[in-house]
Amino acid sequence: MSFQFTVSPDFTPDHLSGWYIFNTWLQKQTGLAIHLEMYNDFHSQRSAIQANHVDLIYANPFDAAMLVRERGFLPLVKAEGASDEALIVVNAANPVIDVAELQSGTRVAFTEDPDVRLMGMIMLEPADLDNGNIVPISADNYVLVAKQLLKNQADVGIFLAEAYDDLSAMIKSQLKVLVRSQISVIHHALMIGPKLQDQREDIQNLLMSMSADEKGQGVLKNLGFSSWQIVDDEEMEFMIDLMDTLNT
Amino acid sequence: MIADMKVEDIVGDYQEVSLQLYGSITRKILYTQIETSYPDGKLIVSTTDPAGIITHVNRSFVEMSGYREDELLGAPHSILRHPDMPPVAFKDLWDTVQRGEKWQGFVKNLRKDGGFYWVKATVIPNVRAGKVVGFTSVRRKPSRTKVDECSKLYPTLF
Repeated sequence: MSFQFTVSPDFTPDHLSGWYIFNTWLQKQTGLAIHLEMYNDFHSQRSAIQANHVDLIYANPFDAAMLVRERGFLPLVKAEGASDEALIVVNAANPVIDVAELQSGTRVAFTEDPDVRLMGMIMLEPADLDNGNIVPISADNYVLVAKQLLKNQADVGIFLAEAYDDLSAMIKSQLKVLVRSQISVIHHALMIGPKLQDQREDIQNLLMSMSADEKGQGVLKNLGFSSWQIVDDEEMEFMIDLMDTLNT
Repeated sequence: MIADMKVEDIVGDYQEVSLQLYGSITRKILYTQIETSYPDGKLIVSTTDPAGIITHVNRSFVEMSGYREDELLGAPHSILRHPDMPPVAFKDLWDTVQRGEKWQGFVKNLRKDGGFYWVKATVIPNVRAGKVVGFTSVRRKPSRTKVDECSKLYPTLF
């Protein structure tokens, strides 16, 4: 029997090979046949989840409620110390210094990342901006969000903090951060589907011991973090409830 | 338990009023006209048990309320109740969440030092295994327009 593993499509491109290496490590450790399927976008990934094709997922927090409540997934781990934060950014030459100064009709550039977009739109609320009175500009990645700002084709960009921090110093010198979220409790998580749940504890133990051996450390390094941290059911339920309050 | 507010905690000129809280609690309130603005990018998060007793607060909650965490845990959520908030708003909140639904509204909260801060609050019931085990409240920064509207509307609801 073969299982399918997938990663939230908002993974950093630099870590693509890291996920393949991780999957190879996981197969060797568990003795299970696990196929890594990378979907190009959230829509196709969600269709695969709905069709019960996915058994293991590194999930975006926005999808956690659907995975737990509709598809019976349970949390395993998250990257230690990591959380998703969003930034509201404008062109450095823009005279605006406070979000509250933004007006209806503001052109807002963002990627498809659902949790970052949600946090970003919440940070625009002090200006009475919402999906009904902004001009949305969709971009394939954060470098393109930055380009829209630099070319004055967008007034505001919503960034994943990590992606903004990774932009070149030259690009950042031409941009201005208005707000950086400090939410701390919204994070991606590795989650396990119903077909694999009898292995939950074993897999969790394997993942938690990864940082203790050299090979495991190397695999984690390729993912961009140094260890996993357990996510228990209540922590996941708390995050789902929190996302639910924000999604209003 | 919820203690009366103490003069030594208050910063600035204050007024005094006696407030009737949920559960037949009467509390002496000392309040000022000093506003603390909501910090950008933060969420204030708390959880209560089904009776409205605080079981969890995040750091932003502690910072904005002015209380220490140990003063908040175990206290009724009405420790934040400002005398300018009409009781009808909280009745609506409780009626809504007890039906298992989400409530959202703009709330003027009272600080330990007698000052206040406005929030956009969303409260949801925490359902575990089909049972309501508590409520989570998440506050975010409100727009000034909405705060101004509520400042005019709320005094008419008493």
